[in-house]
Amino acid sequence: MAYITPVLPEIIVLTMACVILLADLFWRRRFKGLMYGVSQATLVGAGFAAYHMLGDAPTVIFHGMVVGDRLSAIFQIAIFMLTIGVLAYSRTYIAERGVFRSEYFVLALTGVVGMCVMVSAAHFLSLYLGLELLSLSLYALIAMQRDSIGATEAAMKYFVLGALASGLLLYGMSMLYGATGSLRITQVASVLATLPPHNLVATLGLVFVLSGLAFKLGAVPFHMWIPDVYEGAPTAVTLYVSTAPKVAAFALFLRLLVEGLHGLSGAWQEMLVMLAVLSMGVGNVVAIAQTNMKRMLAYSAIAHMGFLLMGVLSARVGGYADALFYALVYAFMSLGAFGIIILLSRKGFEAERLEDLRGLHRRSPWYAWMMLLFMFSMAGIPPTIGFYAKLAVIQAAVSAGFYGLAVVAVLFSVIGAFYYLRIVKLMFFDAPVDAAPLRKAGDLRWLLSVNGVAMLLAAPWAGTLIAICRAAVRGLP
Amino acid sequence: MVSLSQYLILAAALFAIGVVGIFLNRKNLVVLLMAIELILLAVNLNFVAFSHYLWGMSGQVFVFFILTVAAAESAIGLAILIVLFRNRRTINVDDFDTLKG
Repeated sequence: MAYITPVLPEIIVLTMACVILLADLFWRRRFKGLMYGVSQATLVGAGFAAYHMLGDAPTVIFHGMVVGDRLSAIFQIAIFMLTIGVLAYSRTYIAERGVFRSEYFVLALTGVVGMCVMVSAAHFLSLYLGLELLSLSLYALIAMQRDSIGATEAAMKYFVLGALASGLLLYGMSMLYGATGSLRITQVASVLATLPPHNLVATLGLVFVLSGLAFKLGAVPFHMWIPDVYEGAPTAVTLYVSTAPKVAAFALFLRLLVEGLHGLSGAWQEMLVMLAVLSMGVGNVVAIAQTNMKRMLAYSAIAHMGFLLMGVLSARVGGYADALFYALVYAFMSLGAFGIIILLSRKGFEAERLEDLRGLHRRSPWYAWMMLLFMFSMAGIPPTIGFYAKLAVIQAAVSAGFYGLAVVAVLFSVIGAFYYLRIVKLMFFDAPVDAAPLRKAGDLRWLLSVNGVAMLLAAPWAGTLIAICRAAVRGLP
Repeated sequence: MVSLSQYLILAAALFAIGVVGIFLNRKNLVVLLMAIELILLAVNLNFVAFSHYLWGMSGQVFVFFILTVAAAESAIGLAILIVLFRNRRTINVDDFDTLKG
C-alpha cells in the first residue's frame, strides 16, 4: 500500500472519471444533477488524500516515474480546490448552453489527472504524458459547444499551437537525453553538474524545452493562442483553462528548469528575464486596447505570467516560494473574475463586453464590490492579497540583484492598474445598459462571495501562506 | 555506416520542415496536421538515434509512448477539424479569422 500512496489522488480521480462515464449511460435520465455531485465529491475526496500526503517524507515510486513530496501535495490540493470552484461556478452556465453532460465532467476530471501527474513527475515520460492528458482534455472541452463557430475555431488554434509546443518540448527533451543519457529528472541534474559548462547539446535542449514551457504558460512571444482561446471558448471552459492549468504549467517550470536544469541556471535566467519583461509589457499595454472582457483578462493573464516568471528567474529557493504564492493567488483571482462574468451571463446572452459591466453597482452592490476586490487584487492594490503577491515576486527579483527588472515590473503594474480601475469606474459611476436581474444560482453566489472576501481577508495571513510555500519548495536545489 | 550526427541532421531537417510547414501553410488545415506529425517523428528519430548510439533502451521506450500519444492527438485534431468544417464549410487556414485582436 505504501508504494501507491503518492498517486492515490490520481487513482481516485481517474477511477471516478471512468465510473461517471459509464454510470451516465444508464442513469442520465433518472438523476440529472448526479454526475455533477459525484464529480465534486470525487474532487473533495482526492483533495483529502492529497492533504494526508503533506507530512510524508518525499518518496519516489514506479521506478523513478513519480515523486510524492510536499510540493506535489500542495500543487494537487490547489488544483482540486480550483477545479471544485470551476465546476460549481459553471454548473448553471453549461446547463443553459446544452453542454451539461457527463462528458464535460469526465473531461474536466481527466484534465485534473493530467495536471496531478505533471506536478508530481520525476521523469520526462510521466511529465510528457501528464501534459498531453491535460492538453487533449482541454482541446475537447473547448470544442464541446459544437455549434459555436468561435469555440471550434479557438479549439483548432489551441490544438495546432499546443501540439507545436509539445513538439518543441519533446525535441528539447531528446536533446537533453542525448547530452545526459537519462530521462529521470534528478539524474539529468546530477549528470549536468559533471558536464563542462556551455555544453552545446544541453543548451540547445534547454532553449527548446523553455520555449515549449513558455507556450504552455502563455508568456510572450509564445502567447498568441491565449487571447483567442479565452475569447472563443465558452466562459465556463475559459474559467477552467485560466486557473488550474496555469498552476500546473508553473509546476513544470519548477520540475524541469529548477529541479532538472539548475546546472544551466545562468543561461535560463537570462532567457526568463526577456520573457518576463516582454510578457509584462505586451500583456499590460495591449490589454488597455481591448473592449472584450475575456480578451482583456487574457492579456492580463499574460502580464501576470511575466510577474510569475520574476520569482522563478531569481534562481533562489525564496524566489520559487514567492512565485508559487503568486501562481496560487493569481489562479484564485482569475477564478473570481471569470465567475463574475458567468454571474452576469444568462441563456442566450454572454456578458463579455466591457459595457455589460456598466452600472453593476446599481444592479447588485454586493457583487460590484466583489468584482472591485478581484480587480484591486489583480492590479496589486493594498490591502488585497494580490498586493502581497506582487510585492513578494518583486522582492525576489531585487534580492537576486535584478534591480532594473524590478523597476520595469513596478512601471508596468502601474500601467496595468489603468484597465483594472476602468472596470471599477464602469461598475460604480456609469448607468447600467443591461437591467436584467442577476443569475439566481445559490452555489455560484455563495462561493463567489467567499472567493471575493478571501481576497481581502487572506491578506493578514499572507506571511503564513508564504511560509507554507517556503516549506513546499525547500527540497528544490 | 550511418553516423549519429547524420541521424541528428536528418531529424533537425524534418523538425524544421514541420515548424516551417505550420507557419507558412496558408491553405489547408490537413497539411497542418501533417506538419505536426512530422515534428513528432523528428523527435522520435532523435530519441532512437541517441538511444542506439549512446545510452541503451530508455529512449526507444519513450518513442512508443510518443507514437501512441501522437495517434490520440491526431484523432482529436481530426475531430475538431470535422466540427469546424460543419460550422464554416471550409478548411482554408486564412478563413479562420473570427477571433482576432
